[in-house]
Amino acid sequence: MSAVTVIYALLFYTATSILVGGVAYKVFVYARTPQPLKIPTTPAPTTRTGVVWRILKEITVFESLFKSNKWIWLFGWVFHFALLLVLLRHLRYFTEPVWTWVALIQPFGIYAGFGMLIGLAGLWARRFLVDRVRYITNLSDHLMLALLAGIAASGLIMKYLTHTDIVALKAFFLGLILFEWQPLPTDFMLLVHLALVATLMIIFPISKLLHAPGVFFSPTRNQIDNPRERRHVAGWTAENAGKQTG
Amino acid sequence: MAKAEFLTPELTEYLTVPHVRAETMAHSRPFVAKPEHQESVGYPGELMDGWEEKAVLKLGELVRGSRALQVFLDSCVKCGACTDKCHYYLGTSDPKNMPVARQDLLRSVYRRYYTFAGKYFPKLVGARDMTKDVLDEWYSYFHQCSQCRRCSVYCPYGIDTAEISMAARDVMDAVGLGQKYSNEIIGKVHKIGNNLGLPGPALKDTLEGLEEDVKEDTGVDVKFPVDEKGAEVLVITPSADFFAEPHIDGLIGYAKVFHQAGISWTLSSYASEAANFSMFIGSRHNLKKAAMRIREAAIDLGVKRIVVGECGHAWRVAYSFWNTLIGPFDFLDPNYPVPQHICEVTYDLIQRGALTLDKEANDDKVVTFHDSCNVSRASRMGNMPGGQFIIPRAVIKASVNKFHDMAPDTIYEGTFCCGGGGGLLTDDLIELRVKGAMPRMQALKQVVDEYGVNYMAAICAICKSQFTKVLPYYKFPMDMIGSVHGLVSTAIQLGTKQ
Repeated sequence: MSAVTVIYALLFYTATSILVGGVAYKVFVYARTPQPLKIPTTPAPTTRTGVVWRILKEITVFESLFKSNKWIWLFGWVFHFALLLVLLRHLRYFTEPVWTWVALIQPFGIYAGFGMLIGLAGLWARRFLVDRVRYITNLSDHLMLALLAGIAASGLIMKYLTHTDIVALKAFFLGLILFEWQPLPTDFMLLVHLALVATLMIIFPISKLLHAPGVFFSPTRNQIDNPRERRHVAGWTAENAGKQTG
Repeated sequence: MAKAEFLTPELTEYLTVPHVRAETMAHSRPFVAKPEHQESVGYPGELMDGWEEKAVLKLGELVRGSRALQVFLDSCVKCGACTDKCHYYLGTSDPKNMPVARQDLLRSVYRRYYTFAGKYFPKLVGARDMTKDVLDEWYSYFHQCSQCRRCSVYCPYGIDTAEISMAARDVMDAVGLGQKYSNEIIGKVHKIGNNLGLPGPALKDTLEGLEEDVKEDTGVDVKFPVDEKGAEVLVITPSADFFAEPHIDGLIGYAKVFHQAGISWTLSSYASEAANFSMFIGSRHNLKKAAMRIREAAIDLGVKRIVVGECGHAWRVAYSFWNTLIGPFDFLDPNYPVPQHICEVTYDLIQRGALTLDKEANDDKVVTFHDSCNVSRASRMGNMPGGQFIIPRAVIKASVNKFHDMAPDTIYEGTFCCGGGGGLLTDDLIELRVKGAMPRMQALKQVVDEYGVNYMAAICAICKSQFTKVLPYYKFPMDMIGSVHGLVSTAIQLGTKQ
């Protein structure tokens, strides 16, 4: 067992724990924190089903963003959809046998790598070209884009230029899952790709990537517009709520 | 007041998004509340010793108690979607008036003290210590947000800068730095019952005068009852309706509607204010305390329904918060929603044919409608989403022949704030108010040029006062702004149907 294998094995155990534990903790905090008042951005749905539909539109077609700015929407949507395809495609390295639908999306998943880069390039360009966006950009925003672009680029390089031993890689990850460690191929590009992915997993719960769970908990989007019909109390509005004068 | 020295923005053919010009509004600050104003609303009189620590603790407490703040402070990705949505940015070019940048004034402090990244890598994520400079910046720019929620419509995560600016003002109040205008007014509501500090006898006098005016005008005895026990409806309306122009025409309109429908109604001298400025400063105890007067008045007068007059943020508080804060309303008639908006009442009566409206009486007017921000994006009317846009327009169209909407992206949920909401309707912020009105003035100019619009109807006391003040800066006549129920008042035929 090489040192590289041990380091990467430990790295991925750590990264997975931080990602899962960190996001679970954040979701727990969001779920536990009360929303004392009704604040949906109206017009808002008046039923639970309506709210599910509203959130579904936000997370699939980015409805609010579409209303807002077509360029950000275009690049943002292309990036996220491509990322989804790429992630799903990668399931083939963690499952044996490979599920049929994962096999079916394989060709799209490969091209989606380019989609990610195009989307990221567009979003990154805005951070330089649009003075308003340049003004609000922090160093961390550039680094986040660099990280994601690095992941996409290193992946594409392995696909098209410097292939790695993909069978051995799959054995490594299946080994991690089954706690029967297998050697990791030591191609440079693979090590870069995996290190960047692990970094992304680690910073996920402490960064703006929390927008992913956050969108489900946003009260302006997930509250039902029914304050007159149903009395809402939570947090400080629930204190002494039953004891009005009169 | 020194004479305002600033340039009114020019109205061009189309609304253009300006380039960033840093710090152009850094000098804009409202008057600071005096110790007596602060104490009347339960806050320390002046900036206390050790305020830095206290502010940070207060911020943490607020975030722990609000899912909105938790999610909003974590989720922003700085995509830029909101950067061209705020009327104050569009009117001033100051980048700190972009919603994301305004949020970051507070987010940077939150990050520094409450997040891993901000504690250990402050430079990387733009985290800042709570210093006097930061506090000054908060005071300036959190009083350049009218809490209109336009940004929250366009944010992919629904981040609402209004929530953030309310929290920032709450923190500032808690350490002794309050805004004079809002806090003085809230104190008056607690003491006297309305924003103007108009005591009961003066209110009765005013209303008697109105009865005489209407009698003279129409020959009909339209009543303006106060504290009438056993009336069916308690009307809660902004106190500006009692004598400000053009608000008062709206109040006359409500009275004529009730008169003609044969509905007994009353005002309350104890709860003579619909507006609840406590929302602007994010103060939960003041919010509840001011609202509670209305519950008490309703019980005391033994009414069956509560109807709210034309007021934007008041309607938000009434529609969205009253049931939470001062409900349940099990002592009122369950056949009516609580509360009801006056436009809902009039609309229902029109639908039922209970009112006769002569549209020709308004033929001198070509009318457009300004959707008030808090009605549009923080409330509803009727039983369908978007009723808050449909119902007031239906009432207007039943009262006038000539109506034209402004450009689609400036009305409905995309409406531009008048520029004076959220506790900013004060002369010490006149430059901000004039500049912030620019996007609405731009849209108005378009319909004035195209259709000869000469009357902009609104259903908010703040909008009406703000436009009365700023219309002349843009070379429009100040009496172009009017109440929706002012139009109803002109059109309604009294005594022709019973």
